Amino acid sequence: MTPRRGGGRTTTRVRHRPPLTLALPALLAVAFLLVPLLGIVADAPWHDLGARLTEPSVVEALRLSLLVSGWALVLSVAVGVPLAWLLARTDFPGRTAVRCLVILPMVLPPTVAGVALLRGLGRRGLLGGPLESIGVNLPFSTAGAVLAAVFVSMPFLVITLEGALAGIEPQYEEAAATMGAGPLTTLRLVTLPMVGPSLAAGAALCWARALGEFGATITFAGNLEGTTQTLPLKVYLLLQEDPEAATAVSLLLLLIAAAVIVGLRGRWLGSVRRSPG
Amino acid sequence: MPPLSRLTRALPAVLAVALLAACGSDDSSDGDDASGASPSASGGGESVELTVLAAASLTDVFEDAAEVYEAANDGVTLTFSFAGSQELAAQVQEGVPADVLVTADTTTMDGVADLTEDPSVIARNALTLVTPPDDPGGVDDLTDLADSDLRLVLAAPEVPAGRYGREILDALGIDAQPDSEEPNVRAVLSKVELGEADAGLVYVTDATAAGEDAVRTVPIPEEDNVLAAYPAAALTESENAEAAADFVEWLLSDEAQAVLADAGFLAP
Repeated sequence: MTPRRGGGRTTTRVRHRPPLTLALPALLAVAFLLVPLLGIVADAPWHDLGARLTEPSVVEALRLSLLVSGWALVLSVAVGVPLAWLLARTDFPGRTAVRCLVILPMVLPPTVAGVALLRGLGRRGLLGGPLESIGVNLPFSTAGAVLAAVFVSMPFLVITLEGALAGIEPQYEEAAATMGAGPLTTLRLVTLPMVGPSLAAGAALCWARALGEFGATITFAGNLEGTTQTLPLKVYLLLQEDPEAATAVSLLLLLIAAAVIVGLRGRWLGSVRRSPG
Repeated sequence: MPPLSRLTRALPAVLAVALLAACGSDDSSDGDDASGASPSASGGGESVELTVLAAASLTDVFEDAAEVYEAANDGVTLTFSFAGSQELAAQVQEGVPADVLVTADTTTMDGVADLTEDPSVIARNALTLVTPPDDPGGVDDLTDLADSDLRLVLAAPEVPAGRYGREILDALGIDAQPDSEEPNVRAVLSKVELGEADAGLVYVTDATAAGEDAVRTVPIPEEDNVLAAYPAAALTESENAEAAADFVEWLLSDEAQAVLADAGFLAP
């Protein structure tokens, strides 16, 4: 169904020798992205990497990071999937505004997200009074760190999934409906399986973003070992005391991020090569 | 649909925050741009741009001092980078291009001794207890900090303010469990100003700069307090060695000391 272009069998099989005027800046771009990462690999204290990564405070930060990013993913899926479906399938007043609102945290500086969370959910924030009256205190708590992560990472899930949902031909869902399936059954049995790979990709991006969250966390949730000090915060503070240890933990986060990208290979790298149907 | 309309009503607030952020980041990037484009931008020939790495607690007073210094020294522009002392020292170790380093303790300065000229102490500072103006935690003195229900924020032990604070508490045998260890002393102040923390330990000058409307100050008795020393030194790698040395020397002049005293700093 993809339109063919230029008479070639597929657009990607046509290989040109790249003109130098494009190849040079492109090479520069690759080098620019690569050199800092190589710096981490080169400067990592390989001889005692194990010892540095199993230090109690690092293990504690890793445990907390997994807990926080795991909860952030669960909450993002719980509210983000329905939101993506509504955005893709229904036309309600203010839909464009809602989509802008969803994208905003992706382009907002995370520190600003932290300030926004303080002003919204902090003790003196918009909802601070009602929250405190039911005994909920978010700043300086692990729950606060989770919410900071959800705020910045949920958009990745919603936007990825919404795009996939919008790309599905409605006839499958209509067919299910004519066979008597209700909207929820259709969503569960037809729609979600069809967008499964996109959902997985969106979830992986969401989780990776939550794992790397720094600015909103330190601004909204503070920094305390075992409660809110996630790996990125640990790296930041380690850099001031023990740059080698900071590099070691950075390497760990780099490997996790790389693993996510490799895991997504089927979707991102693969989609470019997919032959037209 | 009430939930949606509530969302759309919240949008202006979110956008306002975003705009504020844009202004904030513009300011800082201006500073960065300026430090990057010094020689060509100002055709004055003699113009020098000094980059000063200074402890977070010097934020307000150095901005004031810069005005005085720049007015008296034509062609010299001061650019500041404020952060926790330890973070600044780490930057110096990583070879950040800068001319002067001012830390909030001698330990941190000693740690980069091989990268600086001889430091001189330019000011001293004491610590104080601060709470939000309405004192939600009911804090009367340092012993109240042992209350585990109190939302206490300290500076991280990595930065001088955090070390000094723990020194004071340890000497009095007060077992205080902070709810957060902020990366610099100004972050402690803002958590108290925002009312998120019931109490925090900051420098006297931070409380002075914030003002009585923003925080309530509970002085720490002199015999329990510690005095922070602020050493300043030119960096050996500085490309403006002479101007850097001049600035450090000026910080000890009567003119500079008057500005520091106004902000609540004690004489060296």
